Amino acid sequence: MKCPECDGEIPLPKDAIEGEIVTCLDCGTSFELYKKEDGKFDIRSIQVVGEDWGE
Amino acid sequence: MVYDYVRWEEKVIANAAKKKGVDLKLVDSKDVSLLLDNDYEKEFGDVVLQRCLSYFRSLHLTATLEAKGVSVVNNFNVAIVAGNKLFTTLALLKAGIPTPQTVLSFAPESALKSLEKLGYPAVLKPTIGSWGRLVALLKDRDSAEAIFEDREHMFPLYQIYYIQEFVKRPPRDIRSIVIDDRVVAAIYRVSLSGNWKTNMALGAKAENCPITKELEDICARASKAVGGGILGVDCMESPDGLLVHEVNNTTEFKNTVPATGVDIPGLIIDYLVKLRK
Ligand SMILES: Nc1ncnc2c1ncn2[C@@H]1O[C@H](COP(=O)(O)OP(=O)(O)OP(=O)(O)O)[C@@H](O)[C@H]1O
Repeated sequence: MKCPECDGEIPLPKDAIEGEIVTCLDCGTSFELYKKEDGKFDIRSIQVVGEDWGE
Repeated sequence: MVYDYVRWEEKVIANAAKKKGVDLKLVDSKDVSLLLDNDYEKEFGDVVLQRCLSYFRSLHLTATLEAKGVSVVNNFNVAIVAGNKLFTTLALLKAGIPTPQTVLSFAPESALKSLEKLGYPAVLKPTIGSWGRLVALLKDRDSAEAIFEDREHMFPLYQIYYIQEFVKRPPRDIRSIVIDDRVVAAIYRVSLSGNWKTNMALGAKAENCPITKELEDICARASKAVGGGILGVDCMESPDGLLVHEVNNTTEFKNTVPATGVDIPGLIIDYLVKLRK
C-alpha cells in the first residue's frame, strides 16, 4: 500500500487484522487497517491519541 | 479478547493462542452493540482478556461484561484501582508497600501548601493517564504556579493535584510484568540523556533486569494489593530500596519480550486457560 503522506511503502502484514496499526517505512506515520466492502484491506488515519489512552 | 486498536501486543497474544490451539475470538470494542437486558456469556466465552487502549472504553465494557456474568481479566475492581494512580497509591499504602510520598489537593492554593510539606522538586501526575503524558516536574514554587494555572483551564481530572516527592534514583526505573502475582519478566527502562522520565513511549531503552528476591517480593505484594491479574508494576530504586510508583492495568510488553526473551504472550494465554470455568 502507498502512504498518503509521503507515497512511501506501507507493507500489509500477512496476518493482518482489522484495527491493526501499520506504519509507513519511509515517514513513520501510523495508520489503522480497515476492511473495505470488497473485503480488501485499506488504511485510514487514526484518531488523535485519546487523552485516556494508555497502559 | 476485546480491543480497540491492534498493537504489537494484541497481535502476539492472538498468535500465541493460535499456536497453543486456544480458540481466542477477537472482538473490536468499537463494533460492540450491547442490549443491557441480554445475556452475553455465550457470545463472549469463558473469559475475556481486556486490551482496550482507551481506559474509559475498557472500564465501561469490563463493568458491563462482568455484570453479565462474563469473567474479565483484569477484573473491574483491578481496572478501577490500577487505572487510577491515586487509588493505586491508597491500595499500596494500605498494604504497607513502599511508595513515594504523595500529597493530594483539589485547588492550586492548597496544592502549593501541600508542596511546602513535600518540598521541591516534586512530580505532578494526572491520576488517569499513561506514557508520561502531562506528568510534570515542579522544580520550584514559580514553575508549580505556572503549571497549576494551565491545569485550571483543562478537564476537571487534571485539577486533581496528585503530587509526589521526586525520588532520587538512577536514570532508570524497573517495569515488571506480573501474572497471577508472579513476576515473569522485568526490564530496566533507561531514559535518554536529558529526559528525567523513563517511559518507553518517550524513547527510553529497555535492558533485562534480574528478578531479585526484593523485586519479586514487592511486585507480588503490589499485585495482590490491587487485586491481581495481568499487570505491569513500575518500581524505582530509591536510596532506601525499591518503591512502587505505579501499577499498569493493560500493560505493554513490546520492549520486555526482546530484552528478556520471556514468552509473555504465551504466559498470558496459559493464565487465561487456567481461569477458564
Ligand atoms: N516520584 C517520582 N520521582 C522521580 N521520577 C518519577 C516519579 N514518578 C514518576 N517518575 C518518572 O516519570 C515517568 C512517568 O511517570 P509514571 O510512570 O508515573 O507515569 P505514566 O504516565 O503512568 O507512565 P506509564 O507509561 O509507565 O504508565 C516514570 O517513568 C518515572 O521515570
